[in-house]
Amino acid sequence: MIGIVVGLFSGVIFSFGLVFSGMTNPGKVIGFLDIFGKWDPSLAFVMGGAVCFNLISFHFIFKMKKPHFEKNFDLPLKKDIDRSLLIGATIFGVGWGLIGVCPGPSVVNLVTLNLNSFLFVVSMIMGMVVYNVYTSFTS
Amino acid sequence: MEKFLPPLIGGILIGLSSTMILFFLGKIAGVSGILGSFLSNPKSSHNWKISFLMGLVFGGLILKIWSPKFFTYSLNFNIIQVIIAGFLVGFGTRLGSGCTSGHGVSGLPRLSKRSFIATIIFIFAGVVTVFIKGKL
Repeated sequence: MIGIVVGLFSGVIFSFGLVFSGMTNPGKVIGFLDIFGKWDPSLAFVMGGAVCFNLISFHFIFKMKKPHFEKNFDLPLKKDIDRSLLIGATIFGVGWGLIGVCPGPSVVNLVTLNLNSFLFVVSMIMGMVVYNVYTSFTS
Repeated sequence: MEKFLPPLIGGILIGLSSTMILFFLGKIAGVSGILGSFLSNPKSSHNWKISFLMGLVFGGLILKIWSPKFFTYSLNFNIIQVIIAGFLVGFGTRLGSGCTSGHGVSGLPRLSKRSFIATIIFIFAGVVTVFIKGKL
């Protein structure tokens, strides 16, 4: 139950952050990635701000024996740089650069009621479903 | 400076949100991971994931009601490109175990080598894609 409350509040704050920062604006994201054209470096401050904040907060959180409401931390276990990581990140980057939308902003942009934002989210979910089918065959 | 303040404030809010998820629930707030694991395994322990996604939409709604000016940017794209981009983002983030939030916002501060490599690669791939698209 408490997870639902934490999730909801965090989601709202995350959403505010994405909108305030300009991450939900595809034109702004394309401008950030357009290093060899009309580069707009301002979005570097989004990642910079978030990472700096978390560098400090995570440092203290990981000194805790357990998270506040759960019995233990649930963190990614993989450590090796494998082919899936390299290829997956490349495919994601190409999709991101194509129109300037990544997963978080795509969900927030549903509130614009623009057809393209629905189409993107549906296609993204399709991509995830295809990945699930693909892994069920390979593993 | 005015240009850099909104991204900085936004970034700090995103950091605060992922800090809350880690502090209270001990989880990583990666949007593609939340969406993807929910699709592959919708158990009750994933309730926080559903409410996080609802929070993303709810936050957008609050801002839209507060001021529609937040959402005046263009979302006009070629439909085929939207479908391809969405599919690549969905498939790629699952294969690569994360997106901008999971690898970037939460992975880098964990000093994860995998996240560091992934973040460099997806930004580089994005830069190359925008460059090539500009030449076409």
